[in-house]
Amino acid sequence: MTSATATATPATAAAARPKRRRRQGQSHLVVHVVLIVGALLMIAPFLLELLLSVESYAEATAVPLNFWPGKWLWSNYSDVFGAMPFRAMFVNTVLMTAGRTLGQLIFCSLAGFAFARLKFRGSGVVFGLFLSVLMVPSQLFLIPQYEIINDLHLLNSLPALFLPGIFSAFGTFLMRQFFLQLPREVQEAAYIDGAGPFQTFWRVMLPLARPGLVALAILVIIWSWNDLLWPLVVNTDPSSMPVSAGLATLQGQYLTNYPVLMAGSLMASIPLIAIFVIFQKHFIEGIAFSATKG
Amino acid sequence: MVAVTETPERQQTRRSVRRRGSARKRIEARWAWILIAPSLIGLGVFSIWPIFRTLYYSFTLWGPFGGHTWNGLSNYKTLFSDSEVLRSLRNTIVFAALSLLSVPIGIVVSALLNRQGLKGLSIYRTIYFIPVITLPAAVALMWRFVYNGDYGPINQVLGAVGINGPHWTSDPSTALYSVAVVAIWSSIGYNMVLFLAGMQTIPRQFYEAAEIDGAGRIRQFFQITLPLLSPTIFFVTVISVINALQAFDLIYVMIGKNNPALADSETIVYLFYEKGFIQSNGGYAAAIAFLLLGIIIVFTAGQFWLQRRWVHYD
Repeated sequence: MTSATATATPATAAAARPKRRRRQGQSHLVVHVVLIVGALLMIAPFLLELLLSVESYAEATAVPLNFWPGKWLWSNYSDVFGAMPFRAMFVNTVLMTAGRTLGQLIFCSLAGFAFARLKFRGSGVVFGLFLSVLMVPSQLFLIPQYEIINDLHLLNSLPALFLPGIFSAFGTFLMRQFFLQLPREVQEAAYIDGAGPFQTFWRVMLPLARPGLVALAILVIIWSWNDLLWPLVVNTDPSSMPVSAGLATLQGQYLTNYPVLMAGSLMASIPLIAIFVIFQKHFIEGIAFSATKG
Repeated sequence: MVAVTETPERQQTRRSVRRRGSARKRIEARWAWILIAPSLIGLGVFSIWPIFRTLYYSFTLWGPFGGHTWNGLSNYKTLFSDSEVLRSLRNTIVFAALSLLSVPIGIVVSALLNRQGLKGLSIYRTIYFIPVITLPAAVALMWRFVYNGDYGPINQVLGAVGINGPHWTSDPSTALYSVAVVAIWSSIGYNMVLFLAGMQTIPRQFYEAAEIDGAGRIRQFFQITLPLLSPTIFFVTVISVINALQAFDLIYVMIGKNNPALADSETIVYLFYEKGFIQSNGGYAAAIAFLLLGIIIVFTAGQFWLQRRWVHYD
């Protein structure tokens, strides 16, 4: 049967190719139309937000809808800084995200390596403990975490924003999966060369696990930048909030001015979108990895 | 083959190798604990101990000036007769069910993007993914404007064809659905990435064979793509349900506290936040958190039970 198809293929393929290509071209056109309509639905609210952010309040709330700004009011962007402590909030967001990301990269790769590569008694039990933390919804931690931060007199401080977030069962699990994939021989070779467990980790395995570190960093950055509930709970003073909590609580309180709010929203969202566009490949790989192997 | 006599020197080396081996094991074990210690202590303090603490709190009554007293099962008893809890439970389940619509949409989008030779894949992927990484508070504010009853674009378009649209996010009959639409919209890109990754593991030959057999695109999708993608579909469904059951951000920003539609759209986590951190009723909030855990377990277990009927592993 295979030989029959093999002999038949060249002739039929040659005859079918132009027709098939034309048909494929047409079906691709239909696919593009569907995808473009979808893409418009995804992006239209952002375009609207962008245009609103340079309109005056009267223009933005006019009936009928004033889609195109009459006069481009770029001052809305600078007004954000006066309407709320936006600069401080932005810095808080960056530092919170950096703190959590750095912390998780360090602690999760250390523990992940130990679980994947070192033999020790009790590893099964401890790993089970980590897995159980992974499966419990974070709301179960929230009240005692708040009390710990309160007891440490850290409410409304920068450490409050990132302290619990530097330890992660999920991150440990992700790094363990990456270290498990590395060839056993590399570790053996390092041992034979006289390297201890830590040197093996630091000099040999960690550089090889770089894709894993990138994936973890990306997931923590997305999760941290967008985190709302925890900051809302611990930092209630506007100047100690990250932007997420700032926009969520201060809308309607400090400003009901939609265009200014839209300008602030865009400024707070753009860094992550820019990082995504630049590192798109790593984002996609990181998320796909966390799902298929996690 | 040649009988080896155990010379004293050989025995010596073997013993020292074994000793070196066990020393290595001991060093390895010691290092393992050192490397795990920070995470173990950190998770112990910030996650494991808090679980037990929250469990204890769920049996206590909190006073208005701090301090709590043992209250037995009374929080849990109240839970099942509290109309606010029952309503938020209903809202949460409806919301989670609606959110699942982003699964089939994600599958269709990925199937369209998974064509060989399709141009612009990465542009489409970028655009569909942007809502996933946009600040939820920003997304919520943006959509609040879109939904605005007086000057929002949706109602203006509806008005143009003579329909008087409701105040979408403050009308109790539409608020929850309006938020669910945003939740679906913002998770399509995430699902798309997972489905595309899953589809790319399906061997090309299957499609080539199907083509030779004369199966069209639609047939290939139902006969090859869907069954082979079923483990990914299962995973995405489980994750989507768990995430949706914990919905908070969109409700908090799009609905807000003084909204007449709040009662008909508040979720369990919103109620948890409200009771625990606004009303300082930590005991009751703790019980609500355990209710959430129970629901997540029930729904996840249910999905694992159902998966035997539709998920194919090879």
